[in-house]
Amino acid sequence: MQLAVLGGFAVAAMAPLLHRWFGARTPMVMALLPAFLAAWLIGQWPVIAAGEVLLLEWAWVPGLDISLTFLIDGLAWLFAMLITVIGALVLVYSGEYLRGHRDLPRFLVVITAFMMSMLGLVLADNLITLFVFWELTSVTSYLLIGFNHTDLAARKAALQGLLVTVGGGLALLAGFVLLALAGDSWSLHELAQRGDLLRGHDLYTPLLICVLLGAFTKSAQFPFHFWLPNAMAAPTPVSAYLHSATMVKAGVYLLARLHPALGGTEGWVITLSLVGAVTMVTGAFLAMQHTNVKKLLAYSTVMGLGTLTMLLGIGTEKALVAFAVFLLAHSLYKGALFMVAGILDHETGTKDVTAMGGLRHLMPVTAIVAGVAGLSLAGLPPLLGFVGKELMLTSVLEAPSWRLLILLLAFTAAFLTLAVAAIIVLRPFFGKRQETPRPPHDPSRVMLAGPGLLAALSLLFGLAPGLLDPVVGAVVAGIGAPEAKVHLALWHGLNLPLALSLASLALGLTAYRFWDRLRGGLARLAPLTRRGPEAGYDALMAGLVALADGQTRFLQNGYIRNYLVMTLLVLVGLVGHALFFRHGLAPDVALSVYFHEAVTAGLMIAGALAACVMRSRLAAVAALGVMGFSIALTFVLFSAPDLAITQLLVETLTVILLVLVLFRLPRFATLSTPIERLRDLVVASLTGGLITLLMLAVLSGERLPRISDYMVANSQPLGHGHNIVNVILVDFRALDTLGEMFVLALAAIGVFAMLRFHAAPGEGVDREGRRNLASTEDDHG
Amino acid sequence: MVRSGTLILNAAARLLLPLQLLFSVFLLLRGHDEPGGGFIAGLVASGAFALYLFSQGRHALGEMLKVSPRDLIGMGLLFGVVSTLPGWWAGEPFFTAQWWTIPIIDFKASTPLIFDIGVYLVVVGSVLTAITALVDTDQTEHDPTGHSKTDHDQPHQDV
Repeated sequence: MQLAVLGGFAVAAMAPLLHRWFGARTPMVMALLPAFLAAWLIGQWPVIAAGEVLLLEWAWVPGLDISLTFLIDGLAWLFAMLITVIGALVLVYSGEYLRGHRDLPRFLVVITAFMMSMLGLVLADNLITLFVFWELTSVTSYLLIGFNHTDLAARKAALQGLLVTVGGGLALLAGFVLLALAGDSWSLHELAQRGDLLRGHDLYTPLLICVLLGAFTKSAQFPFHFWLPNAMAAPTPVSAYLHSATMVKAGVYLLARLHPALGGTEGWVITLSLVGAVTMVTGAFLAMQHTNVKKLLAYSTVMGLGTLTMLLGIGTEKALVAFAVFLLAHSLYKGALFMVAGILDHETGTKDVTAMGGLRHLMPVTAIVAGVAGLSLAGLPPLLGFVGKELMLTSVLEAPSWRLLILLLAFTAAFLTLAVAAIIVLRPFFGKRQETPRPPHDPSRVMLAGPGLLAALSLLFGLAPGLLDPVVGAVVAGIGAPEAKVHLALWHGLNLPLALSLASLALGLTAYRFWDRLRGGLARLAPLTRRGPEAGYDALMAGLVALADGQTRFLQNGYIRNYLVMTLLVLVGLVGHALFFRHGLAPDVALSVYFHEAVTAGLMIAGALAACVMRSRLAAVAALGVMGFSIALTFVLFSAPDLAITQLLVETLTVILLVLVLFRLPRFATLSTPIERLRDLVVASLTGGLITLLMLAVLSGERLPRISDYMVANSQPLGHGHNIVNVILVDFRALDTLGEMFVLALAAIGVFAMLRFHAAPGEGVDREGRRNLASTEDDHG
Repeated sequence: MVRSGTLILNAAARLLLPLQLLFSVFLLLRGHDEPGGGFIAGLVASGAFALYLFSQGRHALGEMLKVSPRDLIGMGLLFGVVSTLPGWWAGEPFFTAQWWTIPIIDFKASTPLIFDIGVYLVVVGSVLTAITALVDTDQTEHDPTGHSKTDHDQPHQDV
């Protein structure tokens, strides 16, 4: 299985090649990959149905406890089935939707990579592996939302989706680390058995907050719901796939997966059920304001995700059963409806439902598919959506806390959703025929296959929900209710949920009847929604840019003197702090200084002082030279020939470079104010004093263990060399040296680039150089 | 600014260059046991080339080097990275030193030596890149036949 997922990424990379071979049939060919995976999963069903958990071991980084081990239980199986089956259908569908599109190969690459990331996410047993796939889905979804990359709105939406989900991903990573610390395991199936330990742990609250942030951003829960409708800038097959069936459910999946480990506490129940319920109503309410069919569906997806979160929060056995059924129902009807929306857009040339009408005569098959899926969305019998909604209402009636509020919110969401379903189905297909930009007719059978199949499944499972008993049972067993006896039925008799359903039907149809007027009324609330969480996101981004701008101006202002002051002060601060608190400032060292040593030191000091006060550059360079050669002399005195030679050579080359530079400088002038010079003096004295103290502390004794002993002892036996300095450079610490080589190379290239391309107007820079500079500026701009 | 030097400097540089380069290679090869090594040898070689540059001019240095100093940096980095791989080949961790003896001349070859050659090349390349870049901008600003003559040159200043 791991090989299949990793191989899937390879297949994704090969999409352009396949496109050259198979042309327009490529999506069909590539759909074979998820189809085979689905077939394999069905082959595993007997094992899963028997209540066993399939653990496919695969070591990745054993030293860090990171494994690619896959875990297939009922929950993972259901998700993997949804991903592969809907994935195959979406690929087939996209072949028609994007027929002849110039970027079809690119689309196939990204969507297949996304599919595999998602599959890895739901199958991973290891927290780190799950996180890697989690972030991969964010990145691939970014590429898919921004598929029409020439469109500014699409790029903005893509970035928004990425930043929100990846921001949450950072929190999630922190949460995972805490989770692994608290549970002492990186493995999900082990953590699931340590629920009591985790719930009682001191780290429980922080880790719960982090994990929930990750899950809520991914699954577009309030107040992070705004990115999902914006993500509708993506091509419709993407919306059908990512934003209904898979990616946005990743957060819900994670919550379900962690339910046995973290669920059941007061914090979990209240947070999830309230956030879920608020998200439900927000989604359904905002949907009413839109006429764009994709936005309508997107907001109703937000509502569906809220429902799932709420059910996990309630967490009773019934709620978990409702979760599993609603999850399946939602994926089926929402996938179908998105594909229908794509067909409408494709055939009529508009996405606005108010611009359509009476299409049932022209597109009868599409109308039937949309009708069946819409009834399921509305939660009407005899469809799976009805079963899901009844179960949802039943479990809300048994919610452990805040029952009345949640019930109210759930009921509101239910009737608004019904209205939304009516808008999506009745508005375009019934009523008066309206002229559309393109003359519509039923699309090809290939394009209808996907939505048709999903709608048919909604109907089949609705008529015979008993078929799902084992699947739902297996899912529920995976999320913390292994003893549950699942028995689904369409008809539960006359009870309170049914009454609520009838009431929501009446209210929903009324809302649909007056939708046009209602929308006018809601439009007046626009200033309120404009101050919603999305405004917060925009303000945050603007603030981030302003902060980056400000700190760049302050810290990276291009004056080398400021860089030096800043660097040295940080050095003094950090080293001084460590030195003072760990060793004190009074080194007890008995210095015995010979005469010649004192002379050398005196020369150095004299050179440094002279360099400061000289008013001619050449003299200052000479004074620095005196200092440098005195240092070399010190090295000789303490028998470090290598260092002495290096110092001498560096001094020589410095002179050469300075000679080349000096001629280019303007005449010597005093530009700094006395205060600036005083500041520089303070910084210099602090640095010099601190380094002196540091040296004395190092010399003063045994408190600091010496690493040179090891080097001296092992230079010959391990490094095969007598020159310890060289052995350290090229063997013991070779990796550091390699890094320094790259730094040196970068510095040289930096010098080259600065001298070559410093294109102040009128200065001598060759044409090529100036062009290069212009193009780099474009890249940044 | 860089002009052909006096006759004595000219002759001396021609004579010294091969000696200095030979000395740098000597330092490079013996560096593992005696004072020397890639860094020092690289600095010696850079000094030699700088002397040649000052006496014979920028053009002559380019003629003699044949390759751009920047390419030397690239080659050096390549040597450095390549020297990390034989350890893997031998089934040991990345960068583990490997030693071989070349039979006839009884020479100790090793990955640290390959690495040191990389250091040598990077040092020579970096120093020469900086020096030639400085000299080149100087010439484009002062050479009337340069391919992009400046309109208003800054007055030349002595220090």
